[in-house]
Amino acid sequence: MAKNLEVIEQSTNELTLAERQQKKPKKTKKKLKAVWMYTLLSIFLVVSIFPFYWMFIGATNDSSKMFTNPPTLLPGDQFMTNLTNLNESIGIFRVLFNSLFVSGLYVVIALAVCASAAYVLAKYNFKGKKFIFTAFLLSMMIPYQATLIPLFQMMSDFNLLNTYFAVIAPQLCFPFAIFLLRQNFLAFPTELMESARLDGASETRIFISIVIPSMRPALAAASIFLFMTQWNNFMWPLVVLNTNDMYTFPVALSSLMGLSYIDYGQVMMGVTLATVPIIAFFLTLQKQFISGMLGSALK
Amino acid sequence: MNKAKTFPYFFAAPAILLFLAFTVYPIIASFVLSFQERVGGEYVFAGLKNYTRLWNDDIFWTAMQNTFIIFVVQVPIMIILAMVLANVLNNQLLKLKGFFRVSFFLPAVTSLVAYSILFSIMLQEEGIINTALSYIGITAIPWLSDPFWAKASIIIAMTWRWTGYNMVIFLAALQNIPEDLYEAASLDGANKFKQFFYITVPQLKPVILFAGILSTIGTLQLFDEPFNLTGGGPADSTMTLGLYIYQSGFEYFDFGYASAIAYAVVVMVGILSIIQFKIAGDD
Repeated sequence: MAKNLEVIEQSTNELTLAERQQKKPKKTKKKLKAVWMYTLLSIFLVVSIFPFYWMFIGATNDSSKMFTNPPTLLPGDQFMTNLTNLNESIGIFRVLFNSLFVSGLYVVIALAVCASAAYVLAKYNFKGKKFIFTAFLLSMMIPYQATLIPLFQMMSDFNLLNTYFAVIAPQLCFPFAIFLLRQNFLAFPTELMESARLDGASETRIFISIVIPSMRPALAAASIFLFMTQWNNFMWPLVVLNTNDMYTFPVALSSLMGLSYIDYGQVMMGVTLATVPIIAFFLTLQKQFISGMLGSALK
Repeated sequence: MNKAKTFPYFFAAPAILLFLAFTVYPIIASFVLSFQERVGGEYVFAGLKNYTRLWNDDIFWTAMQNTFIIFVVQVPIMIILAMVLANVLNNQLLKLKGFFRVSFFLPAVTSLVAYSILFSIMLQEEGIINTALSYIGITAIPWLSDPFWAKASIIIAMTWRWTGYNMVIFLAALQNIPEDLYEAASLDGANKFKQFFYITVPQLKPVILFAGILSTIGTLQLFDEPFNLTGGGPADSTMTLGLYIYQSGFEYFDFGYASAIAYAVVVMVGILSIIQFKIAGDD
């Protein structure tokens, strides 16, 4: 008996020894892997973040400081000077207002247009529904440059060049947003609509007071998507706007680089002002932002 | 009953009308315009003239070639980087996951014009990037004045902006792969490397395809970056189709020719989409 126990004990001892031997390299291997992981991530972190830092350095320093060796890596005291100069060149507050106004108005109207179309496409049966939906889907594959010239001629014929209307009108019906919202409306329980109908609610009322409130997350994501689309829009405003006071931020910023003398401090200030609000917006609404920008991919 | 029948049309009407006016009509008008030329202020039918000119236009073919090179180099680099980062971030042991994820996504929220301009400043001959390179013994690179490096500049800038975006797409998809697939594989003796190629990659195929389609359409329409970063130069080395349409239409005011180029892009997007759907259809 005692001998048996001894053997068992021995074998368990052996086992733990073998385990230990196995564990030790495993642990160092794990540590090595962690070091490797964090090194890789840190490199990418620097690459991702440094341009933002550099933009800030540029915005607070004199133009010439961006091309020195050794480089200027600390913020300077030219913030106000650059801001004043920038304002003199492009009227920064007016331009900022233009961009915010155009993007804000666009989100409100486009969301109403797209959400109501998405809703009936998801929840009702009517003649031509499939055809309409297919047309929307197919149009997503057409590069917008293919519509650029007739749109320009249209705006020119109706004397609408250089207006806010011309900037926002062409993209108000945004098929991708309709597609995204429709996916979300599909998941809305039809029974809820039925029972509201039995209670005598009109179709419009069902949409506004029952469906919309429960779709807030999807609508928030779609709003962010639409906002970013309009805020970033460059080619179309570049084509239809032609005076400084109507320029949106990207157009004004781009015009700075076309001047014969480029004041880089000013330009960096412009780049910073175009970037910081969106980053602040993103950091506060991360979740909605990411799902808005990725569309249905995250669902 | 009657009301319920008209309701959907009433609700879809704004979208349909806007769609007809600002999408369907321009697509048709653009097609018609591509067969016209301007003679004394009036557009008249010109047959295939714009298209034969296009066929013999060196700048058009250069733009095609540039778009193709940028696409073939940039998309794989970006997708591989995004895959690697997503896999590292998906590791259970990693701390500060949220912080890394947000930081890598940050470039994707910058305005296209703003980041293009930022890169055009950083990539100047005496800019910060060449200064940094000089510290590791690399002599100044003519980023924006050499045809090869100008393309590289566009590729680097695009990769900077879009890698984090694609990483987040992949990360979401990775988290949806059932854990037991990996457990079963490791019981069967498959190492991590094999697991990656036999489980992760096939499971991610639809998402990779999605990222691929987005990047295809994006590259074919590429405009903001070449316009602001390189201006299409030097010597048309970063001329893209989007930029050429803009220049033909709004610098030379040749609307007929610009429409013909635009239609060439439409046809290419169509062909590429069919190919991609065929690949997707294999499953």
